[in-house]
Amino acid sequence: MSIPSQARYDFQPHVSPSRGPTDLRIVDDSPRRINSRSLDDRLSWYGSAFGSLGLTYVLYERILPFGGFVGFVVLYQVIKLALFAGVTAWSHPRPIVTDRLATAALGLGARVVFSSLAWTIGFVVWRGWNSMHHVSFYTHDMAGILPQSPVNQGGILHAVLGSGIELGIATLITLPLGILTAVYMTEVGGRLALVVRTVIEAMTALPDLLAGLFVYTILIIGLGLDRSGLAAALALAITMLPLIARSAEVALRVVPGGLREAGVALGSTQWRTVLQVVLPTAAPGLATALILAVARAVGETAPVLITSGASTFTNINPLHNPMNSLPLYIYAGLRSGEPNNIARSFGAAVLLLLVVVVFFVLIRLVASRSIKSR
Amino acid sequence: MTAEVASDALAENEDRPRRIAASLHPADRVFRMGTLGVGVFVLLLVGAIGVFLGLQLIPTVHLYGWHFFTQERWQPGTKTSGISAAVVGTIEVAVIALAVAFPLALSTALYITEIASPRARTWLIALVDLMAAVPSIVYGAWGAFELEPHARDLARWLSSYLGFLPIFKVDADPHAAVWEKSRFTSSVFIAGLTVAMMVTPLACAVMRGAFAQAPIGEREASLALGATRWGMVRTVVLPFGRGGIIGGTMLGLGRALGETVAVLLIIAPAFNIKFRILQTGAITVSSLIANFFGEATGGQLKALLAAGFVLFVMTLAVNTVAGIVVTRSRSGSATEI
Repeated sequence: MSIPSQARYDFQPHVSPSRGPTDLRIVDDSPRRINSRSLDDRLSWYGSAFGSLGLTYVLYERILPFGGFVGFVVLYQVIKLALFAGVTAWSHPRPIVTDRLATAALGLGARVVFSSLAWTIGFVVWRGWNSMHHVSFYTHDMAGILPQSPVNQGGILHAVLGSGIELGIATLITLPLGILTAVYMTEVGGRLALVVRTVIEAMTALPDLLAGLFVYTILIIGLGLDRSGLAAALALAITMLPLIARSAEVALRVVPGGLREAGVALGSTQWRTVLQVVLPTAAPGLATALILAVARAVGETAPVLITSGASTFTNINPLHNPMNSLPLYIYAGLRSGEPNNIARSFGAAVLLLLVVVVFFVLIRLVASRSIKSR
Repeated sequence: MTAEVASDALAENEDRPRRIAASLHPADRVFRMGTLGVGVFVLLLVGAIGVFLGLQLIPTVHLYGWHFFTQERWQPGTKTSGISAAVVGTIEVAVIALAVAFPLALSTALYITEIASPRARTWLIALVDLMAAVPSIVYGAWGAFELEPHARDLARWLSSYLGFLPIFKVDADPHAAVWEKSRFTSSVFIAGLTVAMMVTPLACAVMRGAFAQAPIGEREASLALGATRWGMVRTVVLPFGRGGIIGGTMLGLGRALGETVAVLLIIAPAFNIKFRILQTGAITVSSLIANFFGEATGGQLKALLAAGFVLFVMTLAVNTVAGIVVTRSRSGSATEI
C-alpha cells in the first residue's frame, strides 16, 4: 500500500470529447481501489482494539477507583488510539502515524455524534412505546383524565388538532406575505429592498421565545384577549415569516435571468412574467421553503408555551379558550412529574419526531424533483 | 473599414446613449406597488418587534435604575430586580455547549467530506440535517430524563478529581459514602451538554459546506507533493474552510444563547453569578422569561421584555459576525448559513 493513496474522491474521470477517434480508451472500466488497507493495517487496528479492551478492563475494573459504563468506553477509546499510534510508529514514519491517528479521531468524533442521535431517538421511542401503542392515544383527548390515570386512558387528539390549526393559520398568514416579500426583494429590488432583506436577516436571529413574548404583551396583556390558538398561531407566524421570506428569496434568485428577459421580450408585462414564468420555475424551491418553515414551527415550544394555555379538552376554535399543541402537551406532561403523564409525553414526542421526519422526507423529494426537472 | 468610418462619424456627432425611457404598464405599476406594500408591511412588522423590545429598556431602566444590568436577583414585586446572573448563565450554557459541540462538529464535518465513501456521505449528510430538524423539546426530554443521571456521575467524577479547579468545584463531599446527588443535578453543565446536541448539527452543516468546496486542484497538488490525507486536510481543507468553521461555530453560539425549552426542563432556577458549572441551579435569560412572564405585571413585564432585548442583541451580534466572517472567507461566496 502506497503512502498517500488513502485519499478518496468521487470526481469523474475526464474523457475530453475533443480527442480524435485514434485515441485508445481503456476498456476495463473498474476503478482502481485507492483506499485499500493492507493486512498489516487491519491487524494493527483490530489488535489495538483488542489490546485496549483487555487493558481497559484491567485498569478500569481492577486498578483505578472508577466505575460506570461511560468511563469505560472513554478510557477504551483513548487507550485504543494510543496503542494504534504506538503500533503504527513501529513500522511507519511520523507523518503516517499522525495521519492514521487523525483519521481514527475524526471517525471517533463522527461516531459520537451519530450514536448520540441514535441514543436520543431510541430513548424517546423506548419511553414512548408504553403509551403510543394504544389506539385510544390517538383518538382521545385529556378531558376528565387525571395526570396519574393509566396510559391506556387519555390521548393527544386535542394537541394534534391544535397543532394543525395553529400551523394552518400561521401558514395562511406567512405564505403570501413571505413569498410576496421575496418577490419584492428579487423582482422589484431597489434600495428599500436591501433594507427589507437586512431586517429580515436580522430577525432570523430572534429567539423564538421572544416572538411569543411579543404577542403575549401586545395581544393578551395589551388588548386583553384570551390565551388562545390564534395568539399561538401569530407567534408561530412571526418565527416562520423571516424563514420563509429568506429561503423563498434564495429560491427566486436562482431562477435564470434569461427566463425573465424572454418573458418580457415576448411582450408580457412584468407581473405576468413573475406569475407565469418565475414562480412556476421556482415552485419546488418555494415548496421547500414552506416545508422547512413548517417543520421548524411544528416543534417550536417556547412561543406556544407563552401564548396558548395547555388545555386538556379538544378546542377547535382558535379565537377563544386555550388550545393545546403537540410540543406544549409534551412540555406540560414532562413538567407534571406523574409517571403516566410523562409516558404520554414521550408518546407524543415520538409522534412529533415522526411528523418532522415526514416533512424532512418531503423536502428531500421536492428537492430531488426540482433537480431532475432541470 | 467602413465600420470604423461609421463609428468615427458617430463619435463626432453624438456619443450620447439613446434614451430608453419606457413607461411601465399600468398592471406592472400595480404589481410593483403591491409587492412594495407587502415588503414595507413585513419590514414594519418585523422591525416593530425589535424596536418594541428595545423601547422597553427605557421604562425598565427608569424603574430599576442601571442596577438592572448588575443586580443578580430577580425578585418579583420589588424594585431591585436584575439580569446579570441570567446573562452570565446564558453565556455559560452556550460556552459549555460549544466546547462540546465544536470538536464534534468539526470532526464529523471532516469525516463526511474526507473519509466517508460517496455512498455513505449522502446518508450521513441527511442524518446531520435530520439531527438539526429534531425539535428542541425532544432533546430537552432526553437531556432531563436520560442524560441527567449519566452526566451527574460524570460531574461527580470531574469534581472529585479536578475539583481543585474553581469551575469544577461543588459544595459537596464527592467522596462521601452516600453522595449528594441533588447537588450535581440541574446544573449548567447538563444543560450545556443537551444544548450541544442541537448546536452540533448546525455547526457541522456549515463547516461541511465549506470543506466540500475546497478546490480539488489544490487537494491533488498537496497529495501529489507527497502529503498524507491528514497533511492535505491540514494544509488545504482547513485553511480553505476557516470561514466556515468560524461562521458555523458562531451560528451555533447564536442558537445556544437563545435556547429555551431544553434549558427550562433541565436547570433549577438560582439567581447568583457563579462559575461552578457542575453545581445545581442557574438561570438563563430565556428560562427567566419563561419562568416569570405568567405572574409579571406592568413594569415587570417590561423588564422581562428588556431582558429579552438584551438576549436578542446578543444573538443578533453573534449571527451578524458569523454572516460577515462566512461571506468574507474564501469559501464563503456560496456557503449558506
